[in-house]
Amino acid sequence: MAYVIQGETGDWELVIGLEVHAQVISKSKLFSGASTLFGGEPNTQVSLVDAAMPGMLPVINEYCIEQAVRTGLGLKAAINLTSVFARKNYFYADLPQGYQISQYEHPIVGEGEVILDMPDGSTRTVGIERLHLEQDAGKSLHDQHPTKSFIDLNRSGVALMEIVSKPDMRSPEEAAAYVTKLRSILRYLGTCDGNMAEGSMRCDANVSVRKSGEPYRTRAEIKNVNSIRFLQQAIEYEARRQIDLYEEGGQVVQETRLFDSNKGETRSMRSKEHAHDYRYFPDPDLLPLVLTQGFVDHIKAGLPELPDEKKDRFMRDYGLSPYDAGVLVAEQANADFFEAVAKGRDPKLACNWVMGDFAAAMNRLGRSIDNPPVSAADLGGLIDLIADNTISGRIAKEVFELMVETGKGPAAIVEEKGLRQVTDTGAIESSIDAVLAANGDKVAEYRSGKDKLFGFFVGQVMKATGGKANPALVNEILKKKLG
Amino acid sequence: MSRSDLTRLTMAAARDGLARKDFTAVELAEAHVAAMEAARQLNAFVTETPELAVDRARAADARLAKGEGGAMEGLPIAMKDLFCTEGVRTTASSHILENFIPPYESTVSANLKKAGAVMLGKTSLDEFAMGSSNMTSHFGPVENPWKRKSDPKAKLVPGGSSGGSAAAVAARLALGATGTDTGGSIRQPASFCGIVGIKPTYGRCSRWGIIAFASSLDQAGPMARTVRDVSIMLGAMAGHDPKDSTSAPVAVPNFEAALTGDIRGLKVGVPKEYRPDGLSSEVETLWNDGIAMLKDAGATPVEISLPHTKYALPTYYIVAPAECSSNLARYDGVRYGLRVEGKTLDEMYAKTRAAGFGKEVRRRILVGTYVLSAGYYDAYYAKAQKVRRLIADDFAKAFQSVDVILTPTAPSAAFAIGETDDNPVTMWLNDVFTIPTSLAGLPGLSLPTGLSTDGLPLGLQLIGRPFDEETVLKVAEVMEKAAGFTAVP
Repeated sequence: MAYVIQGETGDWELVIGLEVHAQVISKSKLFSGASTLFGGEPNTQVSLVDAAMPGMLPVINEYCIEQAVRTGLGLKAAINLTSVFARKNYFYADLPQGYQISQYEHPIVGEGEVILDMPDGSTRTVGIERLHLEQDAGKSLHDQHPTKSFIDLNRSGVALMEIVSKPDMRSPEEAAAYVTKLRSILRYLGTCDGNMAEGSMRCDANVSVRKSGEPYRTRAEIKNVNSIRFLQQAIEYEARRQIDLYEEGGQVVQETRLFDSNKGETRSMRSKEHAHDYRYFPDPDLLPLVLTQGFVDHIKAGLPELPDEKKDRFMRDYGLSPYDAGVLVAEQANADFFEAVAKGRDPKLACNWVMGDFAAAMNRLGRSIDNPPVSAADLGGLIDLIADNTISGRIAKEVFELMVETGKGPAAIVEEKGLRQVTDTGAIESSIDAVLAANGDKVAEYRSGKDKLFGFFVGQVMKATGGKANPALVNEILKKKLG
Repeated sequence: MSRSDLTRLTMAAARDGLARKDFTAVELAEAHVAAMEAARQLNAFVTETPELAVDRARAADARLAKGEGGAMEGLPIAMKDLFCTEGVRTTASSHILENFIPPYESTVSANLKKAGAVMLGKTSLDEFAMGSSNMTSHFGPVENPWKRKSDPKAKLVPGGSSGGSAAAVAARLALGATGTDTGGSIRQPASFCGIVGIKPTYGRCSRWGIIAFASSLDQAGPMARTVRDVSIMLGAMAGHDPKDSTSAPVAVPNFEAALTGDIRGLKVGVPKEYRPDGLSSEVETLWNDGIAMLKDAGATPVEISLPHTKYALPTYYIVAPAECSSNLARYDGVRYGLRVEGKTLDEMYAKTRAAGFGKEVRRRILVGTYVLSAGYYDAYYAKAQKVRRLIADDFAKAFQSVDVILTPTAPSAAFAIGETDDNPVTMWLNDVFTIPTSLAGLPGLSLPTGLSTDGLPLGLQLIGRPFDEETVLKVAEVMEKAAGFTAVP
């Protein structure tokens, strides 16, 4: 279903393009040897180059180039063997050089694509326009002194990848799915940790609205969106604002707007007195970056299995639904956990447990997949006990909770608590006989056509056996006895 | 040897004297310190470092005694104040860096130090190396030690931007000096002061730690009194530096060994476009004499054409200011250097930069900002880059048929301070013969071959193939001998 917003003048469609700034995972900065570790004391990770001391020159960090190429390959994108670093000139206190070294006309990565996994299990393809490398700026601290601003240059010069999508998204959900998927791919590749809270992934949204079939209308750029939830809110708000504006006879102006997460609204950054003219030109301190095909091929050969391929494999090899497979592969560690549980077992059962009780316990306890409430081996062991009829699925849930609680293995718990299920037909028969004898009236009712009472008898038998009777046997024998 | 004898030595002779223990490095340094202090009226130095010089000379003597001396062990030199020197104030002759003391040493000055050279002090320059007269220095103009016969009282400019270095070497205050050349800043002052200076191939010397003017053009080089001396010094300065991405990964030859004296069979290009209308007859004569000298030595003069020469000056005055406008953005009063407080950040920037930069620097920043602006970029900067390519192609084509090119260095001899009109373009024309070489990134050397009728030195320029400084130096040495230029200020 296409996402539309109903206005007074009819239905409106959204057009969304995203620019994601992803901090490259690297030990040192894009053009200097200073550390990129997060959280250092201010100005302790600053080289002479980062501070733009006179006469200092940038030298390209080859590892950052490798990471950008790796990311490009992960986005199924064209790798440009020749790219050029350019200077983007503007003055700001946390921009020591007075320019940002970026890529402008000749980025390192060209067109690619990201496949979105929508909540209904469907997929959509969003085009990637380009990916380029650039330096991060430092950080201005305005809250340290009543009249002064302080500058922390630790971040100055850290490598960022700016990943620009095509305006291919049509709903806030698609935008969210795009960022989620992109983040997943970057994490699989090990090129960005995707931590939006720490700012290692930041997102700007270009939003416009139009009537169906129209060409693109004027867009506004929304900055300062630091979570996926806020991204959706910001887009929804902005779309509504633009529609209201048009319907009141106004016009949208091309501008940069800030999202205020407290108020849930976007507001104009006020057209500054100096409209920015960045005066881009090729950085004369750096030669054009020329890569060999061999360099690219080498990186390509070392790529991990990425979410889309893994999802296909999970569907093909394990028979999982697109939705289940999509959820499981979103985080590599989750996928690995699932595969460890599923190995040699019924994959659908493994999937149900990993996505069901296991995920619920993890959320409830605030644990992560790196520190799971139950190990993959124990969860697998539990599934084995179900498969060989040692316990029923119902008892298994009980055992699972005890595993979480005590940290003990499933077999030990089953033994200790005497939870082994009863498969002795004689024992089950006598329990059934007792239940039927005690409920003669109900038996009569059942026989006169009240089929629904069957469940009641099952329940009574299970109760009498402490839940340990094999449910299939109970059903079978009950049916026979009730005739 | 008397102190004045010591300051009159060539670098090569001083090197030999030290080796023979005729004198010590400390004596040599002290003689030059005394000369430097006695010649303060020239205003060649922004910062003198006499104690440092004597300390380094003492260390040099110790190394020489152990037989561990480097290629320039104990040789006193002056350092253009554009090279960052650890712990020694480095100003670029600008108010904005007036009190800047770098905590690091430029690669070239570090190389010289490693070779044993003894730094006497930091020499004045046109502010941020922007100028051809040394009159744009925040610390006042430098005076050329040469005097006009007709008017000995007139204070002449030493040329620029490496004017302090040129004056120091010409006045025997240093055996040699470092310069940097963006459009002629080594060669034109060498010509004005009657010394030898070479701008090597772009990429031959590291730019790391040299305060940038125009990154794609800036190149360090030596200035000294003989071709042999600049060969020695260039060898010590040059070399690939991984810290400068534009530094060329090529080996440094033994430049001194290239001075064989034999140029028989070499073809010397004489570009017809370097005879503009109004070229002074004495410069033209000097040039013709130079051609004759090379012919006598067995080389063959060949007339060549460098058809895009006339576009070089306008091209340079787009490219260089564009890069400078960006390179100088870091002088914003935030982290180091001058700061003039303002009510807002923008006001602080404006006040700091207005107070910190002189008129010529501001002019070039404005020109550069303009040519890079949206709507003008294609018409100016992008087009200038294309023309630059054509100029380089002219040279490449010429070098298919010749081994070296001979031209005048500057259109005139040194002029007097305050003699030129206020039109900056008149000043810019000083570099008309040196700029094409810079745009093409080629090595260019200026050596004095004669005096003007008014008794002032005039230089000729030799231009070589990329990374073929050896041929340039070899031809220069032959001309040096033939010209027999022995005049002193």
